[in-house]
Amino acid sequence: MTDDRLLSVQGVGKHYGARWACRDVSFDLWPGEVLAIVGESGSGKSTLLNLLSLRTPMDEGAVHYALRADGNTPGGLHNLATLSEARQRLLARTDWGFVEQNPRDGLRMAVSAGANVAERLMVLGQEHYGRLRCQALDWMQRVELDGHRIDERPTQFSGGMQQRLQIARNLVTRPRLVFMDEPTSGLDVSVQARLLDLLRSLTENLGLACIVVTHDLAVARLLAQRMLVMKDGSVVEAGLTDRVLDDPQHPYTQLLVSSVLTP
Amino acid sequence: MNHGNTSAPADGLRLRASGLDKVFVLHHQHGVQLPVFAGLHLQVAAGECVALTGPSGCGKSTLMRCLYGNYAPSSGLVEVLHQGQWLDLHRGAARQVIAARRHSLGHVTQFLRAIPRVPTLDLVAEPLRRLGVDDTSASEQAQALLGRLNVPQRLWSLPPATFSGGEQQRVNVARGFIAAQPVLLLDEPTASLDERNRQVVVDLILQARARGAALVGIFHDAEVRQAVATRTFELGAAPAPTFRSPAHV
Repeated sequence: MTDDRLLSVQGVGKHYGARWACRDVSFDLWPGEVLAIVGESGSGKSTLLNLLSLRTPMDEGAVHYALRADGNTPGGLHNLATLSEARQRLLARTDWGFVEQNPRDGLRMAVSAGANVAERLMVLGQEHYGRLRCQALDWMQRVELDGHRIDERPTQFSGGMQQRLQIARNLVTRPRLVFMDEPTSGLDVSVQARLLDLLRSLTENLGLACIVVTHDLAVARLLAQRMLVMKDGSVVEAGLTDRVLDDPQHPYTQLLVSSVLTP
Repeated sequence: MNHGNTSAPADGLRLRASGLDKVFVLHHQHGVQLPVFAGLHLQVAAGECVALTGPSGCGKSTLMRCLYGNYAPSSGLVEVLHQGQWLDLHRGAARQVIAARRHSLGHVTQFLRAIPRVPTLDLVAEPLRRLGVDDTSASEQAQALLGRLNVPQRLWSLPPATFSGGEQQRVNVARGFIAAQPVLLLDEPTASLDERNRQVVVDLILQARARGAALVGIFHDAEVRQAVATRTFELGAAPAPTFRSPAHV
């Protein structure tokens, strides 16, 4: 059988001084799968996301990713630590996306909405102004932003619009893997529902694989097929999202699930 | 319905549970153990509709959830026939279980888990679109099914969160039946329906049986049960909970 994994994570860990922020995390991810990582603040879930996305160097373990075949490299799983820094950067800007909790961290606030969306295309060498603008417009519409506002700066957008702009900016290069750090938690509840619905249809229609860090179990339920539950830097439970939420096995997961207020 | 390379075994079995035990362990209630059932065996073949029966609290819904895979059995196996192969729902890879649910194992839950903002028509068409059916055809089939279940057309473009209990249940039934999976689990599919709509659901179940689906259901309404079930599967009363001895608390 062919190995069709997109990402393979083995024994990944990171410590700050004597304290392990996250340790011994292993899982595989297949194309099109949405995985939620849940846990309370301080559980290590954001550290894990930063390790996987190569934003923080790991202290132990390895991450393998299925690179697209090109002239220099065959496709298939490659240990990311063996790639040059330039290659890692290119991967992060083209085949991956990273949606920050605060859209201001993921956008350039001083340039127009259109330029924000087109930037990654320019990294790939596209120069034709008309075509760049056309693709930026297309993506603004896909995330339900008014195309007439393409020349406005993100500072003139609401928080929910900024978050949608950040998503468009990430998806314009058709990445296969998108990391998301609490993508909805900075938003008003009414705006959250709209964004979740958008994320749900985008991930399904584009066949995106996603790793979503969230403390919100409802977000995990809506977006993810699988989830990991983290506590004190370790994964304490993993499985199908509805199995973990409907029949939690670990004491900590039982506590998390039973602590949610349902309106 | 076309399920490609599906080659059903000669005995027609579609779903089987063997040696199934379920004990809930409540870690934050002093580790109290709630045994629900033990050593349970159930086999369901194409064309059958098995009605789960037994007193309230005996574990009918728990068994249904074990059969769908959102409850983990404490021991034993649940296997569903998916594209000609038996898939273990609890040890199988998550993506295989997801694929099996899309193609082979449907579930009509008692309550609709509302998804914000998604219109009723899209919600009902979604299981078909996930099987690769094009938008137009999926939408037409969803309209036909919603019409058959007497969901007023003026509601189709609205999300069902604000609908009445009966309307939500009919949306849920439509969503559950539209993909015509070879195995269907039905958790009180007629509980909040009036006479006319109950009959529509009975007809849908009989049609599913006629096309060779294997069904397992909880039907509290005796008339419905008699109309649709080919046999019953009786669960005994659940054993008493056990508490850890004080020395362990």
